[in-house]
This record gives sequence, C-alpha cells and structure tokens, in this order.
Amino acid sequence: MVSIGFIVLITLVAVAAPLVARLNGHPPNDLTYQYEMTTDLGLPKGPNLELDFWAGADQFGRDLLTRTAYGARISLLIGLSSTLLALLVGCAVGVVAGFLRGPVDTVFSRTVDVVLSFPILLLALAIRAVFGASLWIMIIVVAFATWPFIARIVRGQALVIREQEYVVAARSLGASNVRIMWGHVLPNLVGPLVVYGSLIIPVNILLEASLSYLGLGLPPPTATWGQMLADGQAYYATAWWMIAVPGSALLLTTLSFNLLGDGLRDALDPRAGKGTL
Amino acid sequence: MIWTVLRRLQWLALLVVIITALTYTLFFVVPGDPAVQAVPKGASPQTIADIRHRMGLDQPLWRQYLNFFHGPDLIGNGNASGILNVPPNLGYSFKNQEPVLHTILDRLPVTISLAAGAIVLWLLFGLSVGILAALYPRTLRDRISMGVALVGVAMPQFLLGIGLIYLFYFRIHIFPAPGYEALTKDPVGWATHLILPWFTLAFTYAAAYSRIMRSSMLEVASENFVLLAQSKGLTRRQVIFRHVVRPALMPIVTMLGMDIGLLLSGAIVVEIVFGLNGVGSLAIQALTTNDLPVIAGTVLLAAMLVAVFNLFVDLLYPLLDPRVQ
Repeated sequence: MVSIGFIVLITLVAVAAPLVARLNGHPPNDLTYQYEMTTDLGLPKGPNLELDFWAGADQFGRDLLTRTAYGARISLLIGLSSTLLALLVGCAVGVVAGFLRGPVDTVFSRTVDVVLSFPILLLALAIRAVFGASLWIMIIVVAFATWPFIARIVRGQALVIREQEYVVAARSLGASNVRIMWGHVLPNLVGPLVVYGSLIIPVNILLEASLSYLGLGLPPPTATWGQMLADGQAYYATAWWMIAVPGSALLLTTLSFNLLGDGLRDALDPRAGKGTL
Repeated sequence: MIWTVLRRLQWLALLVVIITALTYTLFFVVPGDPAVQAVPKGASPQTIADIRHRMGLDQPLWRQYLNFFHGPDLIGNGNASGILNVPPNLGYSFKNQEPVLHTILDRLPVTISLAAGAIVLWLLFGLSVGILAALYPRTLRDRISMGVALVGVAMPQFLLGIGLIYLFYFRIHIFPAPGYEALTKDPVGWATHLILPWFTLAFTYAAAYSRIMRSSMLEVASENFVLLAQSKGLTRRQVIFRHVVRPALMPIVTMLGMDIGLLLSGAIVVEIVFGLNGVGSLAIQALTTNDLPVIAGTVLLAAMLVAVFNLFVDLLYPLLDPRVQ
C-alpha cells in the first residue's frame, strides 16, 4: 500500500515537474545562480531556504530538487515504456517459439541465447553512436536487454499450455495456430505477464540509471538520476545532498515497484510462499 | 553426456563467429574513423591514409574480420605482424598498438579478484539467509531478512558503492582509498582494497539469491517426496538437507551459471565506482574511444564466459537432480 502511494507520488512529481520548477522559480538547466549557489572554489552549496534551494544545488548552481523531479520523468518514462516493449517482443517470441516448437523454436531460442550473451553496454554505445542518444533509443536499448528473459519465461509457460486439454479441444475443432495462440495461449499468460512485467519495471529503471551513471544514457544537460549521482560522486566529500536527493528518489522508486511486484505475485499466485517446513 | 558436450562445443564455436561478426558489423556502421583518431590533430591526409592502411582499415570488411584473428599486417610485407603474433592474439589495439590479448590478460586478475570474492560472499549470505528464512516462514526473522533482501534487490550498485566509500573511507577511515593492489605484491592490501567492492557487488546478488532460495525451498516443501521422507521418520535435519535443500538448489544453479557468465559486464559499474582497472572498465574505455579490436576482444570474452558457464550448468543438473537426464 505504501508502495502504491509512493509510485503515485513519484508519478505525480514526474508529471508536475514543471510545476516544481515554477514553485521554487528554478528551471532544471537554469544557470542564473551559478555564482550564488557555488563557493569561491566552485563547490556546490547545500540547501538554502532564502534563495528557494530546498534541496541544495549541484556544481553548476542548478536546483537539485527541480532536476530530481525532471529525472523522475526520464526514469519512469524509460522504465515503463521499455517494460511494455520488452513484454510485447518477449511475449510474441516466447509464445510462437513455445507453441510451434520445431525449427522456429530452435531459431528463436538460439537468438535469445545470443542476445543474452551479448554485453548490453556495447550495444547501447553502438546504437547511440549511430542514431544519437534520444529517449526512444534509450527505451529500445533497455527493452533489448530485458526481452530475452521474458521470452524465456513465456516460452516455458507456452510449452505447458500447449499440452492442456482446452488447446487439444480447440485444435480438434479446427482452430488455426494463430487463433489458438491469440485466443487460448495468450489469455492464460496474462497473470504471469502482469507479475513479471511489474518485476521488470524496477530492473529497467535500474538499468537506465546505470547507463546514465556510466555516461551512456541521455546526454547532459538532461537531468537523469544516474548522471546526477555520477556528478555527486565527484563531490561526495562536501556535497552529500547531491547523492542523497536523487539517490533516495531512485532507491524509493525501485523499492516501491519491487514491493508492488511482490504484492501482485502473492495476489495472483496464491500458492507462492505458502508452504511450511 | 559426451554428445551433449560436443553439441554444446559446436554451438560455442558458432557463437564466437556470430558474436565477432555482430561486433564487426555494429562498428562498421558506427561513424568515426579510428585512423583519424589515432593520429594527432592536423596530420596530413597522406599520414592518415598510411595509418589506415597499416591498421588494415582499407581492406574489405571480411578481410578485416579475418584479420581480427591473426593480427593486422603492420610492416606491410603481407604477413601478420610481430613475433608476439601467435594466432589468435585478438589483434592490436588502435590506441596503443598493444596486442589485445595482453591487455585483457593484464586486466583479468582485477576482475577475477573482484568476482571471486563477491561470488563467495553472495553464495554464503544468499543461501544461508534464504534457507533460514524458509525454515521459519512468516516469523519476525523471516520478515526482517526478506525486507533487507528486498532493499538489496532494489539497490542501485553505484549508490551503495558511493555510500560505502563515503562512510568507510571518508567518514571513518577503516578502509583505504579506492584502488587495487596486486595479490602477489601485498595480500593484505589486496583484501582491504577489495572488501568494499566485494560487498557492493555481492549485496544485490545475495539479496536475489536469498529470495529465490526461500521460495524454492517452500515450493519443494509441498512435494510428495518430502512428505514421504517426513513420514518414514527421518529427522527434521535429514529431511531438510537431503530432500529439500538439494532440489531447491536447482534454480540457484541455473542463475549462478548465468550470473557468473555475465559477471564481466555485471561488474562494470562496481569497477567504475571503485576505480578498479578490470576488464569491465577496459571495455568502457575502449567503447568511449572507439577502439574496435579491444571492444571486440572484451565482447568475445564476455560471450564465451556466458556460453561456458551455461555448459557447466547443463552438466551439473543430472548430478543435483536424478530426474533430469
């Protein structure tokens, strides 16, 4: 419940990021306070209520609270859309491979193997170099990293479902493969897909943050939590707020989505975790 | 058994070809001429053309791909270069002309030190916490340990790393500044430098493993063979260790094989946070400087590791669960 509350809160903050900027009067890439909010040595200054810097500034004197709110947009947008994309691709590949079996299954499963053994970072950089680092590219890169896991799980489930009586019945009634996959296999996968989907969201958010941390995410001056934390690491000795503010936002977000996923799993699979020893 | 191994080895060879070819095509389409980047600014077009020729970049793509396996022709006499060139040496770096294999072997001890210590830690904590939580489900102990595990799963490694450096190096000086000491030079320094990275890397994995071990144990517990073992009068200890823990380890073994295989890229973030010059940070360096041979070398190594450890897992299955053939 707390987790849903926080997810709603962070989503609201993300949607209302311009409102945050309006309230404290500091747009995300505003450099007007570059000298007021940094020391003579160029070190960022901490929370300052008189200038409406509620969460301190970064090394360029930009408002950390505004940037964290804008970072939430990137994190959530990439995290959620890439999960959706990964679910679509993984589900399609998994159902077709598991249901049809034979050579199609071999080709699809091997593709999954190759993708899984291919370091995602290399791909991220190559794609960025070719197409530039846009929001869409980041979504595709992150989805590319997680769809094989979904495809594997879905394939396993499809292998079980194809042997069920209702599938045999549908086939004996003359239903085509496409019809069975769409009408009988997919609906029976909705439960597991909801659970895995919700558990993949925090993974994707973490992946995006890690890529940004390594400098492989959206280019500056876009505010991303990973990039902000990488900046913060350079000033950790003096500017704790540069780590604490985006760091706690990131941790609470992933934690909430994990809690939600666990809750959904317990709700949709009543057998899970109910055994005793 | 023999056939499985042979079939897998065949796949391994095919994987090498696919992965290297993929890396090559990927970097063929990436803009940016390595020859231009290798020379100082303002070099004449003649020099650039010369460098490009020496790097073998003027040859057709398939030749460049083959060159990758036996090194470019640096002197220009039609032979693969150098006495160091015992193929396959994975070619030469565009940046410092070192054989890629040497560079990787130089960096490997760092990554292996980091990975080995972390694996021991995460198995130790992950499995013991998972088993203990499953033995007393829905008690306070279970809830607390699973709560910690949940935080571990959600924790970004770089955040934990930065936090630990702040706390244990900057605030209380228990551990030395981030860096690496060779084991052969200074074993104590090696360990103290690596404790924080080990812990950082292991925490996430230990959390995931304890969650999986717990649910896997509880799932096995409702199997009929456990009921049988209990009803034939075995002690609780015997039932748990012989009949529950062993089959419950199956998903852990699968995950372990995959995680160890992927650790080369999985440890990159920790290597960067703690400034460790391992293979992961080598890959990032090569990526940002467009050093194609080094990139291809590290990607190849990473892909091979995944394939090899997957093979291990497949061979381990029958030993753990006699039902698997």
